[in-house]
Amino acid sequence: MVPLLEVRNLQITFTRYTGGLRQHQIKVVDGVDLSVAAGEITAIIGASGSGKSLLAHAILGLLPGNAAMSGKIMYRGEELDARRQEALRGREIAYIPQAVTYLDPTMRVGRQVRLAAGGDRREAADKQRRAFRRYRLGEHVEKLYPFELSGGMARRVLVAAASVSDARLIIADEPTPGLPQAEVREALLQLRELADSGCGVLLITHDIQAALGVADRVVVFYAGSSVETAHAQDFSGDGHLLRHPYSRALWRALPENGFEVLPGAQPQPSDRLEGCLFAPRCAMATAACSKERPEMRHVRGGMVRCYHAT
Amino acid sequence: MVYGKWFAMKLIRLCTLLLALSIVSFCLISLSPIDPVQAYIGADAMRVSPEQRQEIAAYWGLDDPPVMRYLHWASAILRGDMGTSMLYRTPVADVIGERFLHSAALMAVAWLASGVIGLALGIVAAAHKGRWPDRLITWYCYTIASTPAFWIGLVLLVVFAVWLGWFPVGLAVPAGVLAAEVTLLDRIHHLILPALTLAMVSIAPIALHTREKLLAVLSSDHVLYARARGEKGYALIMRHGLRNILLPAITLQFTSFSELFGGAVLTEQVFSYPGLGQATVAAGLGGDVPLLMGIVLCSALFVFTGNLIADALYKLVDPRMRKGGDG
Ligand code: SF4
Repeated sequence: MVPLLEVRNLQITFTRYTGGLRQHQIKVVDGVDLSVAAGEITAIIGASGSGKSLLAHAILGLLPGNAAMSGKIMYRGEELDARRQEALRGREIAYIPQAVTYLDPTMRVGRQVRLAAGGDRREAADKQRRAFRRYRLGEHVEKLYPFELSGGMARRVLVAAASVSDARLIIADEPTPGLPQAEVREALLQLRELADSGCGVLLITHDIQAALGVADRVVVFYAGSSVETAHAQDFSGDGHLLRHPYSRALWRALPENGFEVLPGAQPQPSDRLEGCLFAPRCAMATAACSKERPEMRHVRGGMVRCYHAT
Repeated sequence: MVYGKWFAMKLIRLCTLLLALSIVSFCLISLSPIDPVQAYIGADAMRVSPEQRQEIAAYWGLDDPPVMRYLHWASAILRGDMGTSMLYRTPVADVIGERFLHSAALMAVAWLASGVIGLALGIVAAAHKGRWPDRLITWYCYTIASTPAFWIGLVLLVVFAVWLGWFPVGLAVPAGVLAAEVTLLDRIHHLILPALTLAMVSIAPIALHTREKLLAVLSSDHVLYARARGEKGYALIMRHGLRNILLPAITLQFTSFSELFGGAVLTEQVFSYPGLGQATVAAGLGGDVPLLMGIVLCSALFVFTGNLIADALYKLVDPRMRKGGDG
């Protein structure tokens, strides 16, 4: 079956001007491969600063003007170019941003959700009311301005806005920052519900445990590239089912798995590593690893970007 | 309650401002090299004897030390008496009142036109950032911004009044026509060129400011999210951009009263338009202390009012302030 969304070897380069007219290029996203199937949640995990949010913006076609993209994004088997992105944004593809600051501070939240619903006024108002009831938002909430919402309410308003648009693909970018545990669980269950109703969900988060609770597939990000695609069940025990050494390191760094924190830090785009981006911190690295960047390859039903993975 | 206290604070600020301003202006005038008596008698200087000079100086109280003169003037002001203009030989209040009507018409037209056109140009530029409409508009703005108002006035005057003859060369009403026979159309006809000059100068900063603010808003998170919801084009700008920039734009427009007044002084001079600006120049050059002081106070009041309206608008319009949240 054709996946709902497929990203192949995506790269994003920024042009920056430093000191007068000298411009230089920074490759912030450097090789991302992933796919999202209808009815499934694909979680993207990785430390902050690994280019996860940019991936969301790239799929939506909302990269800033000084960013250039290469690689392929396919939606339902056809290339998702700028024209299609513009046509599908807010209709088939919905976005759940990470914070209340993404709501227009000068507009009542009810109207913002109705704008996401589209269609004529009555229909939009109807959809908005139903979504608000579904997500436990009182009737008075539609008249509030964003600054009057609590963190949990803001999050539910953002989910409500995604649910009114009849989307097939939902991209949720860190939907649970700084929320109490109960709210986090609720938020993720709501995403699960959306997936079970047939949507494909791309969940971007740095909260590995939360992601593993609901996701079907997990993509691990490291320094702007995807290093592994695993099944959620592969994250278990001592992590021997995982394919990439960085995925295993992430797993073992969790408190309940022994808190084994990997020494060192992610390389910066400016480091311009030739070979595997993980080589400087990898215990399995050989001389070949730092010569050339490994390609994504299939291993045991998943994918991995490592020469020595088995 | 909150508003009452805020307003009282503003009133106190105004009083101290006017006091300080009047003292500074008075000092500057006292130090000015212009001899009021000489300016007063003007071309008749040869026929005025030293005794007569003495009498004139005594009549206007010009022999007293500056501090005395200031106190004398200030106590009169507090009684509501602005004194008598030396140049026009009529009460200062009357001169300012009449002049202000002319200036107000000029400034109001220029103010409205520049506000609306400047905002529109700024929006168009931001919406097409980096493409030709944007380049054209920013080019215009930077060119105008670096051109003095009187020069633009002169160019317009030469082209439209002298070469094309579409508009009169100066004044606010046709020369040699009885006041009763001057029509509204005459007045408008005389107003267009000076108002255009003043508006052209004021458009540039408004357009640039609007463009800048709008670009900042357009790159904000909430516009990204709006676009992700499928909104686009001018509808998006009007919904999410305009609301966010309108308030600062209107505020800027009210706080620009000082530039407006400054521009009016130059423009009125070029077009011999009998407004407050022209009276300011005349009073300054003629050493007409009561008139100059009166104008200084009135213009300060005018600028202050603009700022007051701007502040009040901010309080009233912003939902965060209106609902009493702390944002
Ligand atoms: S390619 Fe080499 S350096 Fe990179 S993760 Fe695999 S073993 Fe480690």
